Amino acid sequence: MSPRVTFPNKVLPYLLLAPQLAITLVFFYWPASQALYQSMLREDPFGLSTKFVWFQNFAKVLRDPNYLNSLNVTLIFAVATAVISMGVALVLAVMADRVVRGRGVYRTLLIWPYAVAPAIAGMLWLFMFNPTMGSFAYILRATGYNWDPLLNGNQAMVLLVSAAAWKQISYNFLFFVAGLQAIPKSLIEAAAIDGAGPTKRFWTIVFPLLAPTTFFLLVINTVYAFFDTFGIVHAVTGGGPGKATETLVYKVYSDGFVNLILGDSAAQSVILMVIVIALTAVQFRYVERRVHYG
Amino acid sequence: MAEVTLKDVRKVYPGNVEAVKGISIEIPDGKLCVLVGPSGCGKSTLIRMIAGLESITSGTVSIGPKVVNQVEPADRDIAMVFQSYALYPHMSVYDNMAYGLKNRGTPKAEIDARVKEAARILAIESFLDRKPRQLSGGQRQRVAMGRAIVRKPQVFLFDEPLSNLDAKLRGQMRIEIKKLQQTLGVTSVYVTHDQVEAMTLADVLVVMNEGRAEQIDTPIAVYERPASTFVAGFIGSPAMNLMKAKSTGEAGLDLAGGGSVKLREMSTPEAGRDILLGVRPEHMSPAPETDADLLLDVSVIETLGADTLAHGHVAGGKPGGGELVVRLPGSTRVNVGDRLPLSIQPGMAHLFDASSGRRI
Ligand SMILES: Nc1ncnc2c1ncn2[C@@H]1O[C@H](COP(=O)(O)OP(=O)(O)OP(=O)(O)O)[C@@H](O)[C@H]1O
Ligand SMILES: [Mg+2]
Repeated sequence: MSPRVTFPNKVLPYLLLAPQLAITLVFFYWPASQALYQSMLREDPFGLSTKFVWFQNFAKVLRDPNYLNSLNVTLIFAVATAVISMGVALVLAVMADRVVRGRGVYRTLLIWPYAVAPAIAGMLWLFMFNPTMGSFAYILRATGYNWDPLLNGNQAMVLLVSAAAWKQISYNFLFFVAGLQAIPKSLIEAAAIDGAGPTKRFWTIVFPLLAPTTFFLLVINTVYAFFDTFGIVHAVTGGGPGKATETLVYKVYSDGFVNLILGDSAAQSVILMVIVIALTAVQFRYVERRVHYG
Repeated sequence: MAEVTLKDVRKVYPGNVEAVKGISIEIPDGKLCVLVGPSGCGKSTLIRMIAGLESITSGTVSIGPKVVNQVEPADRDIAMVFQSYALYPHMSVYDNMAYGLKNRGTPKAEIDARVKEAARILAIESFLDRKPRQLSGGQRQRVAMGRAIVRKPQVFLFDEPLSNLDAKLRGQMRIEIKKLQQTLGVTSVYVTHDQVEAMTLADVLVVMNEGRAEQIDTPIAVYERPASTFVAGFIGSPAMNLMKAKSTGEAGLDLAGGGSVKLREMSTPEAGRDILLGVRPEHMSPAPETDADLLLDVSVIETLGADTLAHGHVAGGKPGGGELVVRLPGSTRVNVGDRLPLSIQPGMAHLFDASSGRRI
């Protein structure tokens, strides 16, 4: 262990921490407390008076079938996005790891999508699969498939998940490639001599050793799917058709900024915050136990 | 059991790096062959080609009667111990050893019996449930050995298996490996750059230099009749003294550093030929001044206990030229600044061609 640095001065450590603390306070705790406060207020229909109602907004939101639908939609969306983006990224990373020539170029190209803003990514996919002018939609229909995400909720969800996962693949890919490179080559060679074929080697050696990376990405991707996908939903489906793709984040926005039910919207964002904190805590508590950090 | 035969094996890496430049070795069944040489001479490349981890550019590698150039590592029936041990970090010691057997579909009961047997031989029974990271370096080394022996392969390959251990443990493990290899009678190839390991373990010693085999022989033959100045300098510690000299025919040799030497019990090359005279430090002894071949002006003394090493240069020679080391019995009393008369033990001089470095 490296020796501990000790400060004889009692104030200095706090001064050194101050900028970080200030940022956290201003940009996290303050808005969070505001949201909490907002979530306990209710405005009259004309926005003229506000009244403190304790937890009534929460009770109302949690009883609302639309909210429960949105919760369901979000779960499906988050699980599908995380699984697909991580799965595809892992496959690409394993293949990139085998590429010998032009490996740099190959990786750089695969990393580009991450630089694309969520809304733009959404627009790209929207254009490609737009029922009236999208080239992919045209191909799909040419094969006889009735493609219309504007009317079919499931198809809208597929489109949304594709766009959200596509954008995240690069990020996951980068981490998986780094994770794969951190596995000593001699382990793979030892396994090869021990009679394990490529598939067996992957599942018995490589995949278990990637567990820390996979776990980290699982947390990141869940948080991404819950919080950071507003732009994509907004651009691709706007929560429709019906409420088939209205995720929690999107509902916070549409209730608060479109329908101007500020109290409900604030209550929803507080619930969302709690969900993500709980999810992350659960992941660390239960999933991490199965992770070997080598 | 099987013999291992290399025929003119070459390896060219991408970028036209010729790491192994045509090596032929025959390792009889059950014998241990040591590849020794300086860093970068191609030892690992050669052993990895035998393992099947590296493709063979040309030549053939055979295990038993079968050429294995195109055979997958898994199907060569070999086991390898890596310098880094390459233990699977997420598996227990037991699973590390059982992995290779499981992959080959060995029945559970037999796996269990074999793992326990190997653990008993290597005295690692009490660690079977631990993960590799919970073991010391020496214990990990044993597990790596265990993983190799449970498989009962035809050939063991060791790539510097002891170089991560401290000197004492290395000495112990060296003896254990030798014992194990002899009792199991498995043909083995062992890479090291430690000449003590090389000398003590080898049945067949291959001294490599820049991708070539300089000499392939028994360790004692390599020590007694080194084929080149490279081998002479590499095997033996301290290294053999090499002195530039010119033959004066029957009269003996004139040393370039000054002085002259008469060769006893061996023939002298034709007069005028430039040669290198090699004498091991342990093959010179103090003599009465009248019989001395050389006079050594002692400049540094290393007292090792059993032996004393006296460094210096040939008296009457030019300073800087003719540096020598002599190994004297530990009881000899010498001081810095002494002039020590030395004689070369009869028949113990080595002569090499000055330009090619080959033994004459
Ligand atoms: N994958 C590779 N690509 C190109 N050149 C390589 C590769 N591997 C090794 N070499 C070169 O081949 C030569 C022999 O390497 P090798 O690893 O066999 O040496 P070594 O004798 O095992 O050395 P050491 O004692 O340091 O382990 C070196 O010059 C090295 O630079
Ligand atoms: Mg090596």
